[in-house]
Amino acid sequence: MTDLVNLKITEALDLLNKGEISSEDLTRAHIEEMAKGRVLNAFITETPELALAQAKESDERRKSGKIGLLEGIPIANKDLYCTKGIRTTAASKILSNFVPPYESTVSQKLKDAGTVMLGKLNTDQFAMGGSTITSYFGATKNPWNLDLVPGGSSGGSAAAVAAGLCMGATGSDTGGSIRQPASFCGVTGIKPTYGRCSRYGIIAFASSLDQAGPMTRSVKDCALMLNAMAGYDAKDSTVANVPVPDFTAALTGDIRGKKIGIPKEYRPDGLNADVAAIWDKGIQYLKDAGAEIVDISLPHTKYALPVYYIVACAEASSNLSRYDGVRYTTRVEGNSLDELYENTRTDGFGDEVVRRILLGTFVLSAGFYDAYYTRAQRVRRLIYNDFIEAFKNVDAILVPAAPTPALTEKALKEMRPVDVYLGDVFTTPASLAGVPAISLPVGLSQNGLPIGLQIIGKHFDENTVFQVAEVLEAQANFDQTPKRVKG
Amino acid sequence: MYTIKGKTTDWELVIGLEVHCQILSNAKVFSGASAAFGAEQNTHVSFIDAGFPGMLPVVNKYCIEQCVKTGMGLNAKINKYSRFDRKNYFYADLPQGYQISQLYHPIVGEGFIEVTTADGTRKIGVERLHLEQDAGKSIHDMSPTKTFIDLNRSGVGLMEIVSKPDMHSPEEAGEYLRHLRAIVRALGTCDGNMDEGSMRCDVNISVRPVGETTLRARAEVKNVNSVRFVMHAIEVEANRQIEVYENGGTIKQETRLYDSENGETRPMRNKENANDYRYFPDPDLLPVVLTDEYIENIRKNLPELPEAKKKRYVEQLGLTEYDASILTADNETAHYFETACQGQDAKKVANWVMGDLFAYLNKECLSISKSPVTAVNLGALVGLIADNTISGKIAKDVFQIMIETGKAPATIVEEQGLKQTTDTGAIEAIIDKVLADNPDKVAEVKAGKDKLKGWFVGQIMKASQGKVNPAMANELLNKKLQ
Repeated sequence: MTDLVNLKITEALDLLNKGEISSEDLTRAHIEEMAKGRVLNAFITETPELALAQAKESDERRKSGKIGLLEGIPIANKDLYCTKGIRTTAASKILSNFVPPYESTVSQKLKDAGTVMLGKLNTDQFAMGGSTITSYFGATKNPWNLDLVPGGSSGGSAAAVAAGLCMGATGSDTGGSIRQPASFCGVTGIKPTYGRCSRYGIIAFASSLDQAGPMTRSVKDCALMLNAMAGYDAKDSTVANVPVPDFTAALTGDIRGKKIGIPKEYRPDGLNADVAAIWDKGIQYLKDAGAEIVDISLPHTKYALPVYYIVACAEASSNLSRYDGVRYTTRVEGNSLDELYENTRTDGFGDEVVRRILLGTFVLSAGFYDAYYTRAQRVRRLIYNDFIEAFKNVDAILVPAAPTPALTEKALKEMRPVDVYLGDVFTTPASLAGVPAISLPVGLSQNGLPIGLQIIGKHFDENTVFQVAEVLEAQANFDQTPKRVKG
Repeated sequence: MYTIKGKTTDWELVIGLEVHCQILSNAKVFSGASAAFGAEQNTHVSFIDAGFPGMLPVVNKYCIEQCVKTGMGLNAKINKYSRFDRKNYFYADLPQGYQISQLYHPIVGEGFIEVTTADGTRKIGVERLHLEQDAGKSIHDMSPTKTFIDLNRSGVGLMEIVSKPDMHSPEEAGEYLRHLRAIVRALGTCDGNMDEGSMRCDVNISVRPVGETTLRARAEVKNVNSVRFVMHAIEVEANRQIEVYENGGTIKQETRLYDSENGETRPMRNKENANDYRYFPDPDLLPVVLTDEYIENIRKNLPELPEAKKKRYVEQLGLTEYDASILTADNETAHYFETACQGQDAKKVANWVMGDLFAYLNKECLSISKSPVTAVNLGALVGLIADNTISGKIAKDVFQIMIETGKAPATIVEEQGLKQTTDTGAIEAIIDKVLADNPDKVAEVKAGKDKLKGWFVGQIMKASQGKVNPAMANELLNKKLQ
């Protein structure tokens, strides 16, 4: 029998449609794989019973002919998506006992599309980090090499998808949290246009940047899954009320004449040689496929990182105020209300979360607000304008997803926090501009580690992003399956 | 000008009011939960109001409309672009850890309220009106060791209306508040019930010697919840500040609490850490952008405002400025007056409302809506005088019976036989009897002592128990005495 856990979603749907497998078969195979893959610590909460029940329901639906877009496909959700009746922790201690009485819009849409949920995936605490080592539930390991981090914050999602523990996973991307782990783990993930997916029910990190997105093992799977996730939602004012096209229909395989921009600012002196080599390879692949390569400039790129950390931390400092020990969080008592706050939050938040709350509180403080927050917002506008200008001349932009391949947990822990933040240098500009960007694996480093490239598109033009990505995927012919590391 | 005489000099008051008006709306401003007052604790709470993870606010468009209407009532600039900001602070009844408000771009800009006091009519400046959400309620007195939280109010829409420091006496501040309440009530944007907390007032007050032009440090007196208390708090606080200055002290800017029982203000517990609210634009909400068409549409459908009503009473009904301002001070009085006026002489109705009716209501501490004398009945009473059914004197008695029984005046007149006699023959008979009983006085009149005629009229009225029409009695008497 086919190795069910290596199938792409499209392939599995084909077999399901033909009646060769059932969702129950597919789900059981993944539940077994999930158990075998526990060494990765990709899941915070496994829900095998729920998954089996959902699989059986899916098989019933299929019999009755009422099938959704992803009918019977086992997936998993980043533990930032509130799931009704299922513990949702944001990988934090403070929410370690939180069971939401509601479902996030995106996870509901995925349910409605017929998916089966295997569990909740590990992440950096409150999605703050690029390594999944800040999780209260322990670090997730990279299936390509257990000494390496999977990236983050959607590291649980990336590792689980790469290792075949689930067929697709939701991630969320604030400054690169889908694209960078996708690169580290050799999978495909898209941060859609800001406003494409509802944020309702997704635990907020930085509201003006957070965006839900899918992580899968192929571009087509990614397009399909985004179709199930995207769309208007009256419960989130920042979701655009625009039609969602059939993203898979854009996958024509033909990008002849498309103009692909290569921004010089993404090639600083001393760029990692492996990354530079894969980028050059990607450029060549697209050229070979008939695209026109255009040198462009995004002049404010160098400011993206500081602007990002000011804006994201400012919003986070406010968004996380609600975790105060009064209602649904853990609580550490004190002799006064202030003490209750201090004790609860000191105990409930990890170091990285505390660091970002402090940073955010500082930049919003009286006397500093204009120098930091106001100025950051102005520069954010300049970064946005860079992209608007660039897209007057090109259809898409090709850049690396991360400045290095995956690092070891040990190395990261020895780095200064500010140096760790440098890992977001290539992903934060698209986040600040709100434009869609996909990350897909294009080749391996000399040490055999996956390296991804990003394709960035115009606002609400995921179609072009997917179209170019699929061609690049075909040219690169990258085997998205790591030599499975299992316990 | 209102001044307070100190030991060393005369002092002038500078007063500004910040009034929180709860928006009349079925639903809260960002969550869709019910905004009704008085429900059982924590029953009108959505996950948004309780600050649950991943919950997002969505603005209630009706609350926006209510703000625009109120802005128009304040003769204010409606801002076509406004935006929400977060005011960050921790408190147990503030579930999100921030209040959504409008600091940088309020929905309504500068305006004014025309206020009439005994000194005349003045425009009091309005600085701004902004939309914000209310917090929940902390209940400290249910347990010695615990605080209970009721989130029913959490997320209810408020309009905060900030005046300029334009007022200079307790009366003026009181009138500003009354006028403001009349405006929001007329517009149906706030019920104005200060005792239920749907209208709450913070008073900013400073004093300075008469002649000084700069502003001195002010105290913000919190949560003064009636017009009377506002006026009293101002008086008390002004006197306190004057005493401090005259004893060589200084006033520092601070927040104080008004204690109506002891008639004093006192500093609120001073938190060691000064509040820095770290305002910044709320990234969960889009800016509110209003079109000219939207604004004009609301303007077209605006009900008559107290100022316009007052003008109409003066110009069309012939009332004095003073009477008009009293009758338009609140919606209920105006409505009562206009109902009573139907087909009657407005000035006479006004006299009855402001005279006998108000005297009675004030004595009994009743609002006009609770008056036992309905507007229709009061109008009918005025009608009975006008068509000579009863005399003005009898009308006073009828009014008294109306208060006691709530009956219609015509019924009372009928039942008690109070109808005025207009039958010439009957009146003549009474006159003839009075004349016959007093031949000496008749002789005196005929000799030229005209003054005695009044005495005769009195006798005639007495003999008829007041039921004779005085004018007719006069006329017929004159004829007989010629």
